[in-house]
Amino acid sequence: MTDVTPNTVNYLAPAEVEDVELYHPKSFVTKYIWSQDAKVIAIQYAGTAIAIGLVALVMSWMMRLQLGFPDTFDFISPEAYLQLITMHGMIMVIYLLTALFLGGFGNYLIPLMVGARDMVFPYVNMLSYWVYLLAVLVLVASFFVPGGSTGAGWTLYPPQAILAGTPGQSYGIILMLASLALFIIGFTMGGLNYVVTVLQARTRGMTLMRLPLTVWGIFVATILALLAFPALFVGAVMMMFDRLLGTSFFMPDIVEFGESLKYGGGSPILFQHLFWFFGHPEVYIVALPAFGIVSDLLSVHARKNIFGYRMMVWAIVAIGGLSFVVWAHHMYVSGMNPYFGFFFATSTLIIAVPTAIKVYNWVLTLWRGNIHLTLPMLFAVAFIITFVNGGITGLFLGNVVVDVPLSDTMFVVAHFHMVMGVAPILVIFGAIYHWYPLMSGRMLNTALGHFHFWVTFIGAYLIYFPMHYLGFIGVPRRYYALGETSFIPLSAHTLNEFITVAALIVGFAQVVFIFNIVWSLFKGKKSVRNPWRAASLEWQTPQVPPSHGNWGKELPVVYRWAYDYSVPGAAEDFLPQNLPPDQVAIAKGHEALGVQAAAT
Amino acid sequence: MILAFVLIVLVVGSVIFHLMSPWWFTPIASNWDYIDSTIVITFWITGVVFVAVGLFMAYCVFRFRHQTGTRAAYEPENKRLEWWLTVLTTLGVAGLLTPGLFVWNQFITVPAEADTIEVMAQQWQFNFRLPGKDGVLGTSDTQNVSSENPFGLNPNDPNGQDDVLIEAQDLHLPLDRPVKVLLRSIDTLHDFYVPQFRAKMDMVPGMVTYFWFTPTRTGTFESICAELCGTGHYTMRAVVVVDEESAYQAWLQEQSTFKQAMAGTGDKSKLALGKSQTVSTERVSE
Repeated sequence: MTDVTPNTVNYLAPAEVEDVELYHPKSFVTKYIWSQDAKVIAIQYAGTAIAIGLVALVMSWMMRLQLGFPDTFDFISPEAYLQLITMHGMIMVIYLLTALFLGGFGNYLIPLMVGARDMVFPYVNMLSYWVYLLAVLVLVASFFVPGGSTGAGWTLYPPQAILAGTPGQSYGIILMLASLALFIIGFTMGGLNYVVTVLQARTRGMTLMRLPLTVWGIFVATILALLAFPALFVGAVMMMFDRLLGTSFFMPDIVEFGESLKYGGGSPILFQHLFWFFGHPEVYIVALPAFGIVSDLLSVHARKNIFGYRMMVWAIVAIGGLSFVVWAHHMYVSGMNPYFGFFFATSTLIIAVPTAIKVYNWVLTLWRGNIHLTLPMLFAVAFIITFVNGGITGLFLGNVVVDVPLSDTMFVVAHFHMVMGVAPILVIFGAIYHWYPLMSGRMLNTALGHFHFWVTFIGAYLIYFPMHYLGFIGVPRRYYALGETSFIPLSAHTLNEFITVAALIVGFAQVVFIFNIVWSLFKGKKSVRNPWRAASLEWQTPQVPPSHGNWGKELPVVYRWAYDYSVPGAAEDFLPQNLPPDQVAIAKGHEALGVQAAAT
Repeated sequence: MILAFVLIVLVVGSVIFHLMSPWWFTPIASNWDYIDSTIVITFWITGVVFVAVGLFMAYCVFRFRHQTGTRAAYEPENKRLEWWLTVLTTLGVAGLLTPGLFVWNQFITVPAEADTIEVMAQQWQFNFRLPGKDGVLGTSDTQNVSSENPFGLNPNDPNGQDDVLIEAQDLHLPLDRPVKVLLRSIDTLHDFYVPQFRAKMDMVPGMVTYFWFTPTRTGTFESICAELCGTGHYTMRAVVVVDEESAYQAWLQEQSTFKQAMAGTGDKSKLALGKSQTVSTERVSE
């Protein structure tokens, strides 16, 4: 792979299929609204996801106000609080993170990085966005129906989700389930595009093992989505039937508030199995694209190949596969057969091994690198340390008996926020600073960027690290108010206040970030071509931002992997993937050795 | 530079925070100190990794920062190093899993001499039932639940006649006697959690679940509900008092049985079904 051998152009396989004929839009509407161009669809996904994500962010401020200062804010009632936590969680995990990583970054980067003109099913790709938008609108509608949105927790456990003691029981839960079904339909349409494009539309010379890790991360995550979302789909349909038709898939005999209900014979634990069979791969659907992207951010900005590329690919695949056999670690205290605990604790701790390997390889990429502390690099480093922290607390919870006192406490809330809400979001920020010049031709303002980075990184750590310790003393999650609880000292309430203030400050920094994105579109410094001097294909298009069809008349031809940075003997410290070997400039003093650049 | 410094402060600060934190386990009141030990082992192993990775990263970010004229090394992989790291990680993970699974095995294996009690949950209170003099809990069914029979006991089961019913009142337990806690719910999921006992398990309507523990010191402890069960979830509390044997017997004498409740000789003031609050499920604003 790293041999320095003479390379001849005839070594490339000939093109197997003809260049695809794309739909060429003529009007404003077909170019920017009903667009089949994956780049436009990507921005549509990203814009919608960020918009609804900001709604969920505001919800989190309200939750923190209630937790930090109970008895102060009358407009936050116990019902409203449960609705806030439910919608915040559901929006963030599914409608923001999944949609942004797969629909946003996937659509923009996959065709460009594999050397294709667009996704393989552009019309279906376009529809997938509009179905996603419809899913978001149905979700938002649930705020405005009688009873408001569901307050069942993002996990939507029955029987309570559809019973009178839970907010949103009348209409909110129905709209929630309908919205999820629509989302899954949309993401199946999109997911087929991402998977088939990676498998079939790679340009000449782009073997699977020459793909950037960004593509690997999104690709494997999409496979997970296609296989895992159906479990949620059927769970949602069955719960819908229980609610609307009086079936009892999940409903046993129930006497609620003195009234005997007409259900019987169902199993609440069945829903939990279905939900978590989806739910655990879901968190890897969020994590794997982040893993892939951060590998690329690190290598570009450290001018060094990602360490152990092959192991990184295998680790992504192994994590993806293993993610399907760990789900019941979310159910250790659910009352399921206790012997399952042995199996799932083992599988859960096994998955820590490939994950740890990825961490070591990220850090070893920095080792002996040439590290430019640009904003993408800052966010990438912040990802590593916060992900290690969040992953480690997962080891606590995965070890079944340790989970017993910690489950349903703030330890769990701190864990999943750190590992899913802080670390991948830091990658999203880094990725936006990194690819903004490609998409817009301008740079984001660095002063605002540094403010955004430091406040977000340190602030988020200060929010979630101490929160774990609230879990140790037994502070429960999903509690509207702690009241006077004998085992919760006054200092814990003070800590809650501190966390609330930190959360509001971090929230403010995100407003600054959004301002930066919009302001820089018009006033940002114009970017040079390939400002980060990256080797991967997306930066090598004839036009920046890439135009419709991406590559002009001829598709690129790829001669090497995506990580030829600082190659010994080369004059430049990076070699674009599509640079022919005979055009590689040799560094002075190396010509005599007859060295030619590596073909990997 | 600043980044390296911040990383060091973050790592060292986290360790100091941990060592000085006033928020640590509640003082244990049960035999499950093995859980605490497993957590401490986990902190050691993972703590070493966290500090090592964090400090190494800080070093790299400083030592290999961009300076004019420098170039990165070109090292696509190092099979030996990756192999060793994999082996060490696997050993570390095994070091966590092994004690953990041993303790889990103890957790699910109830000692033969354990007493049995039942915690019956509903929106939004905990009720308790003891097996009485015959030592056997009577059968129950959600369909039997009514205002006269809030526990839903089978009136035809002789074992249930002497069951002691404690409705939304304090539960007392005898010191140093292992107890198997059967868990039942008549409406939604709930969970009976006393942090000082460490052990807990969800109540699932339609099933009976369990956990066991041995109270190891006297005292008054508060239990909370640890599985979201609707709007009143945060109000669902109970009190558990661990007594010396004589005090426990004295308390037991004062409790009424199912037979007494059905005959009306028990204290009727304790028969209010479901201290349920009328909580509005409509959205507050608009």
